[in-house]
Amino acid sequence: MTSLTSHDSGAEQTHTRWSGLLANQVFWVAVATVLACIVLSFATNSFATSQNLFNVTRNFAFVAIVALGMTAVIVTAGIDLSVGSTIGLAGVVISVVMHAGFSIWIGIAAALLSAVAVGLVNGILIAYVGMQPFVVTLGMLSVGRSLAMVISQNRTIFEFGPDGGKLLALGGGSTFGIANPVLVLIVLALAMGFIFRFTRWGRHIFAVGGNERAANLTGVPVRRRKCSVYVLCGLMAGIAAVLEVGWLGAVTTGLGTGDELRVIAATVVGGANLMGGVGSAFGAVIGAALIEVIRNSLILLGVNSFWQGTFVGSFIILAVLFNRLSRSGND
Amino acid sequence: MAVLELNGISKHFGAIRALNNVTLSLEAGEVLGLMGDNGAGKSTIVKIIAGNFLPSEGEIRVEGRPVRFHRPIDARDNGIEVVYQDLALCDNLTAAANVYLGRELRRGIGPFKIIDYKTMYSRSRELFAELKSETRPRDLVRQMSGGQRQAVAIARTRLSQARIVLMDEPTAAISVRQVAEVLQLIERLRDQGIAVILISHRMPDVFTVADRVAVMRRGRKVADKRVADSSPEEVTGLITGALEVA
Ligand SMILES: Nc1ncnc2c1ncn2[C@@H]1O[C@H](COP(=O)(O)OP(=O)(O)OP(=O)(O)O)[C@@H](O)[C@H]1O
Ligand SMILES: [Mg+2]
Repeated sequence: MTSLTSHDSGAEQTHTRWSGLLANQVFWVAVATVLACIVLSFATNSFATSQNLFNVTRNFAFVAIVALGMTAVIVTAGIDLSVGSTIGLAGVVISVVMHAGFSIWIGIAAALLSAVAVGLVNGILIAYVGMQPFVVTLGMLSVGRSLAMVISQNRTIFEFGPDGGKLLALGGGSTFGIANPVLVLIVLALAMGFIFRFTRWGRHIFAVGGNERAANLTGVPVRRRKCSVYVLCGLMAGIAAVLEVGWLGAVTTGLGTGDELRVIAATVVGGANLMGGVGSAFGAVIGAALIEVIRNSLILLGVNSFWQGTFVGSFIILAVLFNRLSRSGND
Repeated sequence: MAVLELNGISKHFGAIRALNNVTLSLEAGEVLGLMGDNGAGKSTIVKIIAGNFLPSEGEIRVEGRPVRFHRPIDARDNGIEVVYQDLALCDNLTAAANVYLGRELRRGIGPFKIIDYKTMYSRSRELFAELKSETRPRDLVRQMSGGQRQAVAIARTRLSQARIVLMDEPTAAISVRQVAEVLQLIERLRDQGIAVILISHRMPDVFTVADRVAVMRRGRKVADKRVADSSPEEVTGLITGALEVA
């Protein structure tokens, strides 16, 4: 657990364990999430039902999976605005391929490949051509969505061919009472937490985000690392898309629209710093959880759903503000 | 034989001529003090030797072999270690992580290797002790004093069997006591047969540890002589241009 919560190298700090914990944004977000859950269980009859909890965890799993990839990107001081469109594109690709009669494996491979391709284009333009992440991924946001429409002819697809049942079971089913997307999230979060801390790749992306020039001077392959985080982020969006299609049972070209905002919000609320160098896998998951719990509570408390955008947007701003305040307090 | 030779090195940045036909050589176990006014081209020499950029003209030889360093690792692979003027540290990482940046230790079998924090911490602790620095391996660089940051940057040069160590103003930001320690360290490097280029604006540093002093002015080398044959007054004159050549 410590290796996952460790804020970059937080676990190695010399603070005493308690003061380190209290200065840790992830800790406070986790506390807030638990508190929100407790309050909601008392304030509503519907929150603590197993059906609602099942839905909440599944809903946030899609966002959290992509947030894991986004964390890697933001740690390098980058940003990926194209993840929502990548989800749309990969979702359309798997539907079209399976609709044409191919097996689920070919469908998944095609979806993941298309998502990785989007990430690779982002990564090459950012790392090797030297363009601004904001500009490149904003462009890809538009390109990806448009390609999804081209490939699907803008139709809604709800026929997934001979393997359709398997796809629905994969995304919509559950194992040991836990929704499959949540299981995938748990596996990926543990893997990413480990990779961030115990691999050279993981240490290098933190170095790149901390001081790109220093990383370069000391022999870190900066360009390759920067490219790789966008590929990873694309892959995560692809995985989320496959699961989400299976859960929804139908795909429109609008799949994933606006998800970039929810994903970035989750990542930043989870303690990743947009200036780079700070972030954690556990933070991404807990950030996504807090956002979904509060979103769910708004629904249960009968707040008009039009307010959700206001809420997600405010959360990003508040998280960045919090980050700034706690930082200036440190120095 | 010289461990390091620069022959007719020039470097232009667009219209700026940062270096103009500089020739320099360095023997094993020799400390060269490199002095000059701001913008004279000292850091540019260091960066060319360190592989940060290629010279526009001229040739570098390491132990007689002509070399071309396209990247910093190329220089490092040839036994050249550098302490950069701005230290090149990542504030968000620990001291040990910075020491091992770009050459992290790993343990495990085959492709299943994980970062070996334990050895990196213990080895860094030894290096800091050797440097008589109170730097703790697990501290974040962000929270460190100037001297501790310096120790981290210098500790890096001790990881491999370097033959040439370049230090770009290693004593600029540290206390008197720490300056003495850095100078002692340079002497220890020399005693091990390592060639050192020490860039400094501080006359006493150079006259304490250097065997030779070279002076740069506006991209040209205007003097290169044994410290014993020179004096702080003469070097000052050369730096400011009061003396043309020596
Ligand atoms: N990357 C670069 N691009 C353009 N000009 C540069 C670059 N690096 C150095 N210069 C120029 O080259 C000249 C020499 O700079 P350099 O940094 O080598 O000086 P220095 O002797 O190290 O000075 P200081 O004592 O201030 O560190 C200066 O005029 C500087 O502006
Ligand atoms: Mg300089």
